[in-house]
Amino acid sequence: MEQLIAFTGSHIQMVYILILSIFLGVVVIGGVPSVLHTPLMSGANAIHGVVIVGAIIVVLKTGPGDYAALCAGFLAVVLGTLNVVGGFAVTDRMLEMFKPKKRRAP
Amino acid sequence: MTHIAGFGLDICYVVSSVTFIAGLRMMSSPKTARNGNLVAAAGMFLALAATLLLYDDHASRETMKLAVIGGGIALGGAAGWITARSVRMTAMPQLVSLFNGMGGGCAALIGLMEFGHKGNDLAAHSVVAAGMIIGGVSFAGSIIAFLKLSGAMKKPLRFPGYNIVNGVVLAGVFVLAGLAVHASRGSGGPPGYAALAAALAYGVLFVLPIGGADMPVVISLLNSFTGLAVAFSGIAYNNQAMLTGGVLVGAAGTFLTIIMCKAMNRSLVNVVFGAFGATGAAATAGASIKGTVKDISVSDAAVLMNYASKVMIVPGYGLAVAQAQHVVHELETALEAKGVSVRYAIHPVAGRMPGHMNVLLAESNVDYDKLLDMESANPQFATTDVALVVGANDVVNPAARNTASSPIYGMPILDVESARNIIIIKRSMNTGYAGIENELFYNPKASMLFGDAKKVLSGMVAELKKI
Repeated sequence: MEQLIAFTGSHIQMVYILILSIFLGVVVIGGVPSVLHTPLMSGANAIHGVVIVGAIIVVLKTGPGDYAALCAGFLAVVLGTLNVVGGFAVTDRMLEMFKPKKRRAP
Repeated sequence: MTHIAGFGLDICYVVSSVTFIAGLRMMSSPKTARNGNLVAAAGMFLALAATLLLYDDHASRETMKLAVIGGGIALGGAAGWITARSVRMTAMPQLVSLFNGMGGGCAALIGLMEFGHKGNDLAAHSVVAAGMIIGGVSFAGSIIAFLKLSGAMKKPLRFPGYNIVNGVVLAGVFVLAGLAVHASRGSGGPPGYAALAAALAYGVLFVLPIGGADMPVVISLLNSFTGLAVAFSGIAYNNQAMLTGGVLVGAAGTFLTIIMCKAMNRSLVNVVFGAFGATGAAATAGASIKGTVKDISVSDAAVLMNYASKVMIVPGYGLAVAQAQHVVHELETALEAKGVSVRYAIHPVAGRMPGHMNVLLAESNVDYDKLLDMESANPQFATTDVALVVGANDVVNPAARNTASSPIYGMPILDVESARNIIIIKRSMNTGYAGIENELFYNPKASMLFGDAKKVLSGMVAELKKI
């Protein structure tokens, strides 16, 4: 319990970000027309690819000679990049098709 | 120097977070959507580059490590780019699911490696464990969803005692995670692996029995799971960019999931705990509708539509399977040339992904003023001469209104029954993805047109040109 309090105390900014981002996430996509549900989901999918940052940190932090960690880190970087690049590319491809007729959504 | 680097990194993360928020906001409107995606992608690049260059908490940059990172990015980037650019538009749902799984897998791996590196801090290890487990569930679940959507796994799989096994595995996930957190103070190791294995098993079990109209909901839910996993990793690393990105997607994804659940008139809990599978028996029990089914020929159907003043096209997954999105647009153009008003009625869960039909029809350049959502389409069916159902089944099944024992009972459906004539293009009398008989086919106003949607529709276009 003490540890939990200490942890929350030292991460209180994170708690703020967490709570505010939840509201933000809901508000930001509120009122999205159903035409955009798929691209929006796909775009959000690409954004959580920010996990790649964690993968890079893991590799940068590995101790000298820790090849197992390097391998796992390599795999994590590959997976994360797939998520980011694939996610944004596929979203762009979908949204490209909306371009010729820029009218209001139904 | 260190201070300046740390400050620069913080600033970059702030900017990235803002681009994620702004990008998502822009993606919610058709006019700005494409730029929104680019804005978020630019922010992502910034976060990535800044981490690579400026991150310096116990970090070192030997050539070896940089090569590992560079190689990983090159490999993942090339594979991601090529797949994303080459895959057919109709295969989008499984692709989104696959990329989502990659993100989940990445979060799970990071969690696994971070175990044992948080000293004696139970709370910190719990956060790491949460990221690892949610990531693992999302990874395994997304892979199963990918296999199901790409047709490698045809039927929703259920086995006796599924609910018990599911419960045991879920409990196992929590127990093992607890053990791993406890044991990891100092070491890490086997309990962490066991917890991850249990999470993977649960991910598989979670998606296996799900079929029918639930698939889009599940993809969206798994998407928000990955978001959540990333958020936990963000807390573990005290990394604001990961936290904002993850939470934003977690919240937005959950919200989108709830919108879809509402469209099907089911609660999220109901979907998550696979009640759809539990009512499977009722589906076969209701399969005894009496009546006759009427056939119609391609030319008769074309004539019928030629003399209609209003045609409503109801697309479903069959349209995607048959790759008929371009032909259906041709039919629309041919009909409009003859003064027939044509609209599309899009059910919120038609297809295998939210907005699936909209994307397909946008690909074939259908004007999106012509795409009506369920609320605006339903009142219009009463004045519609011909409702043309193309490869849709469950979303027009009257059992959702009339048969309390049906698994889809209570789901709002498109009101095609109010139209004066109903033409249903279908490959066979087989039941839809949910495996439920459709009494609409026995409606006296309905005629069936059996065949591949693409062939049938191009036949109609040819006939129309002759009239």
